[in-house]
Amino acid sequence: MELKEDQHLVDLADREAREFVKARLSRRSFLSGLGVTSLVASAAPLAMAAPAMPEVTVAPAAEDAGGSATTLLVNGKSYDLGALDPRVTLLDALRERIHLTGTKKGCDHGQCGACTVHVNGRRVNSCLTLAAMVAGDEITTIEGVGQPGNLHPMQAAFVEHDGYQCGYCTSGQIMSAVALLKEPVGKTDEDVRHAMAGNICRCGAYPNIVAAVQQVRGLSASA
Amino acid sequence: MNSFTLERAQSVEKAIGAGGKFIAGGTTLVDLLKLGVETPPRLVDITRLPLAQLEELPNGGLRVGAMVRNSDLARHPLVLERYPVLSLALLSGASPQLRNMATTGGNLLQRTRCPYFRDPTYANCNKRNPGAGCAALEGHHRAMAVLGTSDHCIATHPSDMCVAMTALEATIFIEGPKGKRSVSIDDFYKLPGETPHIENVLEPGELITHVELPPAAKGQTYLKLRDRASYEFALASAAVVAQVEGGHVRSVRIALGGVGTRPWRSHEAEKALAGKAATPANFKLAAEAALKDAKPREENGFKVELARRCLARALKTATA
Repeated sequence: MELKEDQHLVDLADREAREFVKARLSRRSFLSGLGVTSLVASAAPLAMAAPAMPEVTVAPAAEDAGGSATTLLVNGKSYDLGALDPRVTLLDALRERIHLTGTKKGCDHGQCGACTVHVNGRRVNSCLTLAAMVAGDEITTIEGVGQPGNLHPMQAAFVEHDGYQCGYCTSGQIMSAVALLKEPVGKTDEDVRHAMAGNICRCGAYPNIVAAVQQVRGLSASA
Repeated sequence: MNSFTLERAQSVEKAIGAGGKFIAGGTTLVDLLKLGVETPPRLVDITRLPLAQLEELPNGGLRVGAMVRNSDLARHPLVLERYPVLSLALLSGASPQLRNMATTGGNLLQRTRCPYFRDPTYANCNKRNPGAGCAALEGHHRAMAVLGTSDHCIATHPSDMCVAMTALEATIFIEGPKGKRSVSIDDFYKLPGETPHIENVLEPGELITHVELPPAAKGQTYLKLRDRASYEFALASAAVVAQVEGGHVRSVRIALGGVGTRPWRSHEAEKALAGKAATPANFKLAAEAALKDAKPREENGFKVELARRCLARALKTATA
């Protein structure tokens, strides 16, 4: 499986495809199956095959050096993360330390919006936020917005309007959509599209996402 | 990512004396840390410093703290009323999430999106490795600058905010180990010349504390042209601040984005238009003056005509 992907990688010319394969390799199931060490080991040939790419980002384990005691307040609950390496982003802290994996890692460079969370009620890209810098702030993730059986109206609207296909961008889309309810956004579909521009959906579920957002705002999207 | 230490600055004085690289919104810096372009040993978090005020000045101008977030600046009632060009520029940039993070001071120091600068596997980048050459000159350069370039660097300045602030003739206030000083935004940025790694006049330890905008004429607009309608950098943009009386241009300030190695103030275009009738023919002449010294390369020649038309249209809107 690994070997096959490596070989495939060598043949791939374009960078986006290489990123995609790497993202697959660092998926949670793979990580928990093999452990961090073997992931790093198996990623080494990848790094040689694709020298232009930055190394696979894996949040360092508990024995971080050089960090100061960091406590994050997430969805109303306090998490003591010990001495956190200052390099750990909010995204990696949420997923790898607190194990709230609803927040997704897409591009990891602030270009796709999959990692969108709220800090003090405002939507931000958690991949470009250093976790230690938001210690003491109120962080809300998709898990804090609603739960199965108790969905936020925006979550229910996404279900009703099929505001997704593969679902990978969905938690980020919903976090953005919930935030824009409190922002000065105009009434038209065009206004919603502009306000949602920071969330990319490769499946192209945009018309359904706009419909879901407009329903929650009490406005109907013009089909 | 290289390892670094991170400390939270407790005061402006302590931040200046900390001897580290300042981090605020992180939208540029964390990205460049991940890419390995930036490798600072020490980061100083300045987000908790009391620099987030936005207040009216006695002369009708505006003082904007360095920690005011882009989204707050864009939506502030005084900005919407007196500096619509700034609001338009801010809202045309990045995404809502990034605008919630990015600060005024940080945006002034935004780094170029040149793909060769952003990829350390290319050793030949004079911005990263002074004297190592410029991969963009013979590489892909469709998005590169046509104004203010040199044989050492053709990287485009990416900011929208800075273009509006240049047309508004902002003054940047700085505090450092040697005390306080202020610099006009036009004097803040340096042309690449033979030293593209030196992008502005900031000296080690100096911190931008705030920006002041003088009162401005009412005729304002920001027009941004790009490959897609949102969440994209400018191929060409124009900020215009004009006053028209009796059909004539009494005063005008013009800045261009997406085409220069720095936010591009066009004194030539202003001179060509001052006192002239506000007509499409004169807007075209001004636009030609603005791009007169453009040095396009093989792939970015289209930017010259695009920028001309962008400016002519922005002048029409701002003087209507």
